[in-house]
Amino acid sequence: MKKASIIMIIGSLLLLGLFKFPLWNIMLGAPQYPDPLGMNIYINGIQGVSEFDLQNIDGLNHYIGMKTIPKPDEMWEFSVFPKVILAMVILGVTIGSLGVFKKISYKFFLGWFILMSILGVLGMYDFNSWLIDYGSNLDPHAIIKVTNPDGTPMSYKPPLFGFQKLLNFDVTSLPHTGGYLMFVGMSLTLVAFWLGRKASLKKI
Amino acid sequence: MKNILTSTIAIVAVLVAFTSCNNSGKSNNSGALSSNNAEKVYVAPGEHDSHYAFISGGYSGNLTVYGLPSGRMFKEIPVFSQFPTNGYGYSEETKPMLETSYGFVPWDDSHHPDISQTKGELDGRWIFINGNNTPRIARISLTTFETEEIIEVPNSAGNHSSSFITENTEYVVAGTRFSVPVPQKDMSIKDYKGNFKGALSFISVDPEHGHMDIKFQVLMPGFNYDLSHPGRGKSHGWFFFTTYNTEEANTLLEVNASQNDKDFIAAINWKKIEEYVNNGGGTMMPANYAHNVYDEATHTATSTMKKEVRVVNPSEVPGAVYLLPTPKSPHGCDVDPSGEYIVGNGKLSANLTVHSFTKMLDAIENKKFAGDAYGIPILNFEDVLAGSVEQPGLGPLHTEFDGKGNAYTTFFISSEVVKWKLGTWEVIDRKPTYYSVGHLTIPGGNSAKPFGKYMFAMNKITKDRYLPTGPEMEHSAQLYDISGDKMELLLDFPTHGEPHYAAAIPAEIIKNNSKKIYRLAENEHPRKATNDAEVKIVRDGKNVHVYMTMIRSHFSPDNIEGVKVGDKVFFHVTNLEQDFDVPHGFAMIGANNAELLIGPGQTRTLTWEPKQVGVWPFYCTDFCSALHQEMQGYVRVSPASSNIELSWSLGDD
Repeated sequence: MKKASIIMIIGSLLLLGLFKFPLWNIMLGAPQYPDPLGMNIYINGIQGVSEFDLQNIDGLNHYIGMKTIPKPDEMWEFSVFPKVILAMVILGVTIGSLGVFKKISYKFFLGWFILMSILGVLGMYDFNSWLIDYGSNLDPHAIIKVTNPDGTPMSYKPPLFGFQKLLNFDVTSLPHTGGYLMFVGMSLTLVAFWLGRKASLKKI
Repeated sequence: MKNILTSTIAIVAVLVAFTSCNNSGKSNNSGALSSNNAEKVYVAPGEHDSHYAFISGGYSGNLTVYGLPSGRMFKEIPVFSQFPTNGYGYSEETKPMLETSYGFVPWDDSHHPDISQTKGELDGRWIFINGNNTPRIARISLTTFETEEIIEVPNSAGNHSSSFITENTEYVVAGTRFSVPVPQKDMSIKDYKGNFKGALSFISVDPEHGHMDIKFQVLMPGFNYDLSHPGRGKSHGWFFFTTYNTEEANTLLEVNASQNDKDFIAAINWKKIEEYVNNGGGTMMPANYAHNVYDEATHTATSTMKKEVRVVNPSEVPGAVYLLPTPKSPHGCDVDPSGEYIVGNGKLSANLTVHSFTKMLDAIENKKFAGDAYGIPILNFEDVLAGSVEQPGLGPLHTEFDGKGNAYTTFFISSEVVKWKLGTWEVIDRKPTYYSVGHLTIPGGNSAKPFGKYMFAMNKITKDRYLPTGPEMEHSAQLYDISGDKMELLLDFPTHGEPHYAAAIPAEIIKNNSKKIYRLAENEHPRKATNDAEVKIVRDGKNVHVYMTMIRSHFSPDNIEGVKVGDKVFFHVTNLEQDFDVPHGFAMIGANNAELLIGPGQTRTLTWEPKQVGVWPFYCTDFCSALHQEMQGYVRVSPASSNIELSWSLGDD
């Protein structure tokens, strides 16, 4: 149980990586951008992969009427997400510590994992709806208007995950270092649960 | 009769067939070879050349950038000439670059580029080039590929034996080709002999910023100082200048300056003179020369007139200057990478003369002098001679080195490059050039560390090499592979202006330092507008200053009213882009100058004097986006008596 609890603590602490590394990354490549433009999505804001990428993405997006990429103070998510993550880290470490002193059952580890998964799914849902809004809520005065074969306006929503072709751009959207650290951390809490369960079964 | 005729024709036809068969057999062979050569110069689409070549534009006044081995031209860098392509020399920020003591001189004859060095090796920070006609030296940044500084050289005329630099870029030298009265005065040209002087200027280079300053001028006898080279390695601290017209003739020099069997290479111990000057030696002399500096932060050049220069009489610094007799009107003066051999190419001599630096020092130490000229000791030819290459060709001009003990000399009259061995003086190989070759360049061949893979020759005549373009064609360069024992001609490529001399360098030394944008945040132009809130128009009497921005695909403002006939309108235009290779252009109808081409993050000013009432358009000249054609605006020009207030707008109807 002690080992499981320590793994639980380590797993929760890995979430702290999100304060340093981006959660997600979207790259936009095109023939005239041999060095692709890119944005790194952090839990507290969006930054360009290279210094002027955001400015250049905004410059391109104005042709199709997209809004500019939001600054941290323009989206509530960027102030709430860090608090949620921090709370989850504290909660995870607390549960783990209580586990070390055998004050708490290993089942709390799973509880934490389920809570984190729900929050994660909600976060992804929120992120996706923002992408939909960003990609389809276009300025009616947009210079370039492209319609789908059925006549509806084309959406420029980047993919939530994976690769998609948007006009001349190849768009790739994948988790980044912070995201991977979070996934590893969450997996570790599952491992902690499993080890804890094994230990308690042995005892019986 | 008819039969005979027919059979004769048949025989001739057969012969022709055989002959042409033979020929085609031969050309097949060379075809195989040349396809091999084609591969050696082929740089596939999207791939980069391995070397940069900076080829002087000669009478274009500029410097052109080429890739090797492809021979593709990448850029023309404006230096001494106005350049409508980007408004250099037309825009208010760059006009000061072309100021001189003679006023605004928008052209020159740019000759010898030389890349800055550290410890004798190319360091790729700057490239220097001389203006031959109105004596000037320019320094060009190899991060921005822009001319950053131009200094005029007083007491000089025909700034030809320059711009060569010492092995740590301590000095860039500017020797005068024509001797002139110093100071200038009204006198009879017949009294040239003994009265004219040749100024050899040593221009110090600030190791950090590269800023130039004339440290001293050596006032030499009135010969013509043709070319020069710094010593290196063991001869570091010395500079060598070829001379002609040691006869000091003043008319029909073709004959009268070719009488002496030997002219001189002047050897200058600049370290000795530097020491003399640092101890207060020499005299300050009134002078008038421009020093033009371009500030990358303000994107603006300023021109300052300097009022004096330090001159040194060589006879006052014993042991600093010697004359090495060298056969007949030597042109090139080339020092090998070790610094031991000084090649004096006597252009009218049958042999190629090579002097030994060690022998020169010995002769000086043993005071073996043949006489003196105006107090400057002359050494004996035999005492300083290292050896000579016997009858290698006709009309030797210039020599470069491959770093493997070989020298390559161009022969103007016999139109060829000859490869020979230092020390044994034997000819190893010769290859024709097309035609009348002047200089040649090996990347780093002018330093202690040549990169001896390629050599290119720059020719004066191009006839039959390319599709004809009327009576005048661009000159040509020819690229040779020199990695083997024999030189191999790989490629012909046209050059712009007169490809006088060139400097070349492996691409990796500079390409990663090349600037991609100018940062708007670092733009300190006093009339910049780095966002739309800073856009404004200010009237100051008859001057109207428009603070304008540009970004794909609009100008801000795009409608301007309140300008009057007789006003002078200054468009201060800032390019807000922060994206590599996205300049915008600005052109105004009826402007009496040029367009502006403004790099990302840069500010440039175009002056326009509206002469007619009306509504006049301006537009972007550089196709910048899908809506480039829409990137335009109007200026309303009212009569001089009008009282319409200045106003401007963008996007509101």
